[in-house]
Amino acid sequence: MTTAIHVTGLTKRYGDLVAVDDVSLDVAEGEFVGVLGPNGAGKTTLLEMVEGLRRPDAGGVEVLGEAVWPRNPRLQPRIGVQLQASSFFERLTAREQIRTFASLYGVGQATADEWVERVGLTDKADTRVEDLSGGQAQRLSIACALVHDPELVFLDEPTAALDPQARRNLWDLLSSINDSGRTVVLTTHYMDEAEVLCDRVAVMDHGRILQFDSPAALVRGLDAPARIRVAPGSLTVEQASAIAGVIETRDDADGVVLVTRDPAGVIGVLAAGDHLDGVTVQTGTLEDVFLSLTGREYRA
Amino acid sequence: MNRQSPFWALSIAILRGFLRDRASVFFAVIFPLMFLVLFGGLFSSQDQSKVDMIQVGSVPLIEQLPEGADEAFADTFEVTHSDDLDDAIEQVRKGDADVALEQRGDEIIAHYTQTEQVKAAVTQGTLRAFVDGTNVAVSGSPPKFSLVTEQVEDDSLTTIQFVTPGLLGWAIAMSAAFGAAATLQGWRQSKLLRRLQLAPVGTGTVVAARITVTLAVALMQFALFIGLGAAAFGLQLSGSWWMALPLIIVGTLCFMALGLFAGAVAKTVEGAVNLANFLVLPMAFLSGSFFPLDASPTWLQRFSDILPLKHLNEGMLDVMVRGQGPGAAVVPLLILAAFAMVITLLAAKLFRWETT
Repeated sequence: MTTAIHVTGLTKRYGDLVAVDDVSLDVAEGEFVGVLGPNGAGKTTLLEMVEGLRRPDAGGVEVLGEAVWPRNPRLQPRIGVQLQASSFFERLTAREQIRTFASLYGVGQATADEWVERVGLTDKADTRVEDLSGGQAQRLSIACALVHDPELVFLDEPTAALDPQARRNLWDLLSSINDSGRTVVLTTHYMDEAEVLCDRVAVMDHGRILQFDSPAALVRGLDAPARIRVAPGSLTVEQASAIAGVIETRDDADGVVLVTRDPAGVIGVLAAGDHLDGVTVQTGTLEDVFLSLTGREYRA
Repeated sequence: MNRQSPFWALSIAILRGFLRDRASVFFAVIFPLMFLVLFGGLFSSQDQSKVDMIQVGSVPLIEQLPEGADEAFADTFEVTHSDDLDDAIEQVRKGDADVALEQRGDEIIAHYTQTEQVKAAVTQGTLRAFVDGTNVAVSGSPPKFSLVTEQVEDDSLTTIQFVTPGLLGWAIAMSAAFGAAATLQGWRQSKLLRRLQLAPVGTGTVVAARITVTLAVALMQFALFIGLGAAAFGLQLSGSWWMALPLIIVGTLCFMALGLFAGAVAKTVEGAVNLANFLVLPMAFLSGSFFPLDASPTWLQRFSDILPLKHLNEGMLDVMVRGQGPGAAVVPLLILAAFAMVITLLAAKLFRWETT
């Protein structure tokens, strides 16, 4: 597999604040990579250095085999960028907006119009960008980043400030954009989003990448205990505590929770005792990963 | 030309953004035109007003004026008749008339008011001239001296001629500075500047598109001002008016640079536009856009020399209405170009890609 992004020892300081601290990572072509972290973790600064918008204080960036700094005209047609704010021309309609961006990349208007349809904005094609909803504006902004069919796309918090419904609607679009082998780098501060969309996730905090792996591997590596919940009344706390492999039990209005590192064994015992009514099993999440990496609760 | 080239795509996008912004269009185009209508209408009626005279009883002197002199008299005075002297004087006192005239024997008595000083002076001077003229005629000897007056300006030089170039200069300065300030700040804030930096278009193309749109707007303002001035107020351009075009182009660049400076310094769109306003509006007053500077103190006239708008105004006055040759625009052009370069360098030095 060829490397789409090769980053070594990347560092950026603003006065005393180290926004990005000695970050190294590689992204393979065709990968969908997420950079996950709370606000202020340094995600945007990292992305902007990789895009070639900011000059790093130290370290190197190579994108698609090219240097990104200084401004590299060979690279620009090959990458697509969606910045955090909605970077639109004022008072243009959705269609005019995407046609303008298409022209900047030498792409025809027919292709631009296809993208209006692809991101589901046909109804809103003649609406000015100022009158689009947050979700519609993000769709348009993604379409503007993709209109020239780039090999590599950067999306900076495309779902920020969207309501949960609009966020989930956008996931379908996002997961489809690397179908054709395109490499995608996305920043987000939503755990569920990274888990659903990304092949690999870089967990970032205080300018450092703490871990970089697939969501499943991150959770596995965490070795977090599973939580098994049984319906209220089917099992007492005493009975639950007596089951081999149960580390901890809790009783609340929704039932009894058994914490265990051997969920298979415990469920076997529950099944034998006919206590499986309404049973749910919850394993570790990226939130647990974050907690164990940073020692604190995740704050989005 | 290829409408889909990056340059045209950007130009069209910027132009659409401007034309769809009602506030911008109003302040760049409609607002200055309102001033043109106001000034053109207000001052053109003033110089036609005559002196209101009440003639009390019989005044043989003015009733027997020789041919020619009675015409001149009618040009200056609007005469009504009355037989009641006290009532006539009361009317003058109240300002309903400017002078009450009576004749007692060989004495002509003019009761006038000093509240309108110009008319008081005109009344005294004119009446004295008629009395002297009549005395000479009665003496029977021909007059030795004669006076011939000739206006130095073109006959068509009315208020509108003076007002149009100055107001046009102000309008161009305002829209060029506001446009540049608002675009720079707005694009910086929405990160569109960053986004364009990542697209395969050079900074030169972006700047060229913005300049092209501003120049197009300035030339449109020129056409509207000249069109409205000529159609409604009898504006007449003198021979080398076309030299106003290079003046407008260089002036636009100069005030765009001023707008970029405001946009580079300010942190918000409103701040940038307000700063541009703060720079342009006082400059318009001090550069003779609203009233001529001839009557102002010398120090003010010298101070106005360091304002680019003064040179734009003077240059346009010279070639558009004062009837001077194309060469009259050369010095203002050079001065404006120098201003444009200095301000651009200053703006470039202060320029930041982002507000942070």
